[in-house]
Amino acid sequence: MKKRNPHDMDFYDFGPAFPLSRREFLKLMGGGIVILFTVGDPFLLEAQRQRLPDDFNAFLRIGEDGRVSCFTGKIEMGQGVITSLAMMLADELEVPLDSVDMVMGDTDLCPYDMGTWGSMTTRFFGPPLRAAAAEARAVLIELAAEQLQTSPSELRVEAGVVYHTSQKQKKVTYAQLTQGKKIARRLGKEAILEKPTDFTIVGTPVLRRDAVDKVTGKAKYAGDYREPGMLYARILRPPAHGAKRISVDTSGAKKIKGTQVIEDGDLIAVLHEDPELADEALKQIKANFEKPKGGTDDKTIFDHLLKVAPEGEVVSQEGDLTKGEEISQTVVEKTYLDGYVSHASIETHTALAKVEGDKATILASTQSPFGIKQGATSVLGFPDKNIRVITPFVGGGFGGKASGQQAMEAARLAKLSGKPVMVVWTRAEEFFFDTFRPAAVVKIKAGINGSSQIALWDYSVYFAGERGSQHFYDIPHHRTKSHGGGWRGTPGSHPFGTGPWRAPANNTNTFARESHVDALAAAAGIDPLEFRLKNLKDKRMIRVLQTAAEKFGWTAAKIPSGRGCGISLGIDSGTYVAHIAEVEVDKKTGRVEVKRVVCAQDMGLSINPEGAKIQMEGCITMGLGYALKEDVHFKDGEIFDLNFDTYEIPRFSWLPRIETFLIEDRNAAPQGGGEPAVICMGGVISNAIFDATGARMLQLPMTPERILKSLSEK
Amino acid sequence: MNKTIRFKLNGQSKSLTVDRKRMLLWVLRTDFNLTGAKYGCGEGFCGACTVLVNNEAVRSCQFPVEDIDGKEVTTIEGLTKNGNLHPLQEAFVKHDALQCGFCTPGMILNAYSLLLKTPSPTRKDIIDGMEDNLCRCGAHTRIIQAVQAAAEKMKGGTRQ
Repeated sequence: MKKRNPHDMDFYDFGPAFPLSRREFLKLMGGGIVILFTVGDPFLLEAQRQRLPDDFNAFLRIGEDGRVSCFTGKIEMGQGVITSLAMMLADELEVPLDSVDMVMGDTDLCPYDMGTWGSMTTRFFGPPLRAAAAEARAVLIELAAEQLQTSPSELRVEAGVVYHTSQKQKKVTYAQLTQGKKIARRLGKEAILEKPTDFTIVGTPVLRRDAVDKVTGKAKYAGDYREPGMLYARILRPPAHGAKRISVDTSGAKKIKGTQVIEDGDLIAVLHEDPELADEALKQIKANFEKPKGGTDDKTIFDHLLKVAPEGEVVSQEGDLTKGEEISQTVVEKTYLDGYVSHASIETHTALAKVEGDKATILASTQSPFGIKQGATSVLGFPDKNIRVITPFVGGGFGGKASGQQAMEAARLAKLSGKPVMVVWTRAEEFFFDTFRPAAVVKIKAGINGSSQIALWDYSVYFAGERGSQHFYDIPHHRTKSHGGGWRGTPGSHPFGTGPWRAPANNTNTFARESHVDALAAAAGIDPLEFRLKNLKDKRMIRVLQTAAEKFGWTAAKIPSGRGCGISLGIDSGTYVAHIAEVEVDKKTGRVEVKRVVCAQDMGLSINPEGAKIQMEGCITMGLGYALKEDVHFKDGEIFDLNFDTYEIPRFSWLPRIETFLIEDRNAAPQGGGEPAVICMGGVISNAIFDATGARMLQLPMTPERILKSLSEK
Repeated sequence: MNKTIRFKLNGQSKSLTVDRKRMLLWVLRTDFNLTGAKYGCGEGFCGACTVLVNNEAVRSCQFPVEDIDGKEVTTIEGLTKNGNLHPLQEAFVKHDALQCGFCTPGMILNAYSLLLKTPSPTRKDIIDGMEDNLCRCGAHTRIIQAVQAAAEKMKGGTRQ
C-alpha cells in the first residue's frame, strides 16, 4: 500500500537542470549581494538530488542601487504571487514593497523550477525566500556595523536604512552598503526570521502590484510581443481526435500573396505577416481526413472508463470493511459521475519563437517555462543552454497551461521558416487541444451505526486521481482506492488529452464524498451540520465548519428541509475549507439559482489576506461553472463545444452573494490559496439542491435537464 | 479590396489604406501595435477585444475596419489622459477587480460605455450591462464593486 499524506500531489515532470555553474551565474549577476537558497519543495528536492549540478535553486539580489530582485522560475497568471512573494521579501528585509522587483519565469535568469501549480508557490517557496531575505538582512547589518563602527546588535533597519538604535544620525542605506560590493552567500541554517508579530507588510491587505499595468493595457502577454519579420502561423488541424489525414492540397494557400506554406510530416501550416491572411490561407487548404468510428461519447464514457479501469491502488485503509458492514445499521451505496471540463482561460495558448543558428528564444504563455525549454531541446535538437524561455504575464492557466504544445509548434515553425513565428491558438483549437479535467466515476458504499456514526466507508475513484480522495472523518473501517492513476489517465482510457485542472482530482472527489456524507445524514435523519460534527475529530476541520456555520447563521433541520441549504467540507494544498450555500431550484425548469455562498478557510498564515480572499471568490465563482453547466460534449473524438456559445462559463448574472472568512493563524505555516475554495462547489450546491427538493444529484454538472430527471425519479 | 479610411484613434487623426474586410481588432494589434484589446474567442462571445467606437463598446474582432471611417476609436491605451488613470481604471485597481488581467481592458471599456448610458447604475444594471464580458478568474464580484465606485466618483464632476 502506498503511504501518502492527503496533501501530497503527483508531479513527476522534471525538466533539465539550471544550466549555469555557480561561477558563471555570479558573473552574470554583477555586483551587489546575492543570497542563494534552496526551495524546500519536497518534489523539487528529490529532482534536484538527481539532476541539479548545484545546491541552490533560487536567489535574491540586493543590487548596487539598493533595489531588491527576486529571481524565480514561478510565473504570474492571475493568482497574485507577484505580489505575495514580494511582500514576504520586503517584510523580512525591511525594505519598502516598491523597491522589490520580481523576475519570473525566464529560464536564462531564473533557476530551475518545475512549474507553477498545485498552490505550491507560497507554501514551498515562501519559507526559504523569507529565510534568504533574513540572511541578506544579516549580511547588510554586518556590513553596516563595520561601516558605522558599532556592533550589529546596536543596529536596526527601517525601510532599507540601517540605523544605530540610540544614535539615530548614525545610519547607512542598503544602496550605500551594496555599492561596489560583490558578495554571494549561501543561505545558512542560522537565519533568524522575523517573528510573525513583527510583520509590517505580511498579513496586511495589499493591492496587486501588477494592477496598474493591467488596467492600462501596458501588461504584456505572449501574443502582445513583436519581432521584426515575424509571421503568424495557422496550422491544419484534424476534425476529430484520432482522425488520419488521407490527402492534402496546399496549392490554394500558396496563391495568397506573402504566404509561406510549411509541410513537415504531421505539421502543415501557413505563415503570413498578417494574421487574418494566415487565416484565409488556411481556409484554402483542402484536406481529407478519415474520422475514427466506434469511439465513446459524453454519455457512454463512464461505462467505458469502468470497463478499462485497471486494478486500483489503496490510498488509505484502516479497520476491516466486513466488520464495518456488520455494525452498520444502514448502508448507502451510490455512484457519482463527473464529465470532462475545459480550462477555458480567456487567453488561448500562445507562443512566439525566434531561432537564430542553433539558438532559440521562446516567449510563451505557460505555467511551465522549464518544461517548454526541455521540450524545445528535443524538438529543435539544440543544446539545452541555447534555449531560452521567457514567460510574460499569463492570461489564466488553471492547470491548462502546464502543456506547451503551442510552444513546440512555434519553435518548429520558426526553425523551418527561418522567421520568428507567432502561434496564437484560436478558441476552437483551445477547446480541441485542451488537456481537459478528466471524466471520472466514484463509487461509494458507506454505513452508519445506530448512533449516527459512520462505521463503514468503502470508496473507489476511477480516473479522477487520488488528490482529495482521502476522507477526514472519524471512521473505524474504511478503504480508499484510486483506479486509473492520475488525471492523465491510462492508455486507451480518455479519447483526448486530459490533465490537471484547478485542484485536480479534488473537485470530483470532494463532490462525491460530501454528497455521500449528506446522503448518510439524510439516512440518519439528522441535521447535516450535526452529523458532520458527530463524525469529525480533526480540530482544524471542526473549526472551519463551525466558523462557516456561525457566519451563515445555520439552523438545524433534518434534510430535505425545503430551505435549499447545503454544506461541503474539503482539504486541498494543506488548506481547510468549509462552504455553506443557499440555492433556489425552479422545479418546473430545473434551473438553479445559487443565492449565497459562505466560505471559511484555514490556510495557516495568510501572506496577503486580500489576495487570499480574491482567490477564494475566484474559486467560488469559477466553481459554479463545473457544478452547474460546464461539460465537454463529444463523440468519436470530435469535440462539439468549440467556443463560449455552447461551452458556457460563469457570468455576472450567476453570481451569488459571496462571503469569505479567513481563520487567522499567524504562527502556522502558510498553505496553498489558489485552489482550495473551488473543491467544495459541486458538493455544496448538490447538497443544497437536495435540501431544497429531495433530489440527490449524482452527476456533474447539475444541468436543468439532469435536475428535472432527478426530480421525476425521486 | 482596399479603401482609405480616416478616423480618430485615441484622440489622434489617422488615415489608413486597408483591406476593408479586415477586422478592427487585428488592425489595432498589428498596424498600430495597440495590444490592449485582446483576442479571446474571435466570434464576439467573450468581450476581451472590446473597444469604443464613438463611445459605444464594440467587439473589435467582429467589427469591420471600414466601419470606423469618420469615427472615433478609443482603446484602453487611450483611456489614460496625461498619465492620469480614468476613474474606472482607478476603481479596478482599488477594488482588485482583476486577476490574470486578460479580460480587464474589455471589461473597463464595456463599463465605460455602460456608464455613459446609465450614469447611476443599479447593481442589476451593471450585471445586465456586463453580462456578455467573460472573466475566467472569477473577479466578477469586485468588477461590480469597481464599476459602482467609478460611477459614484464620475458623478462628482470627474471627466468621463
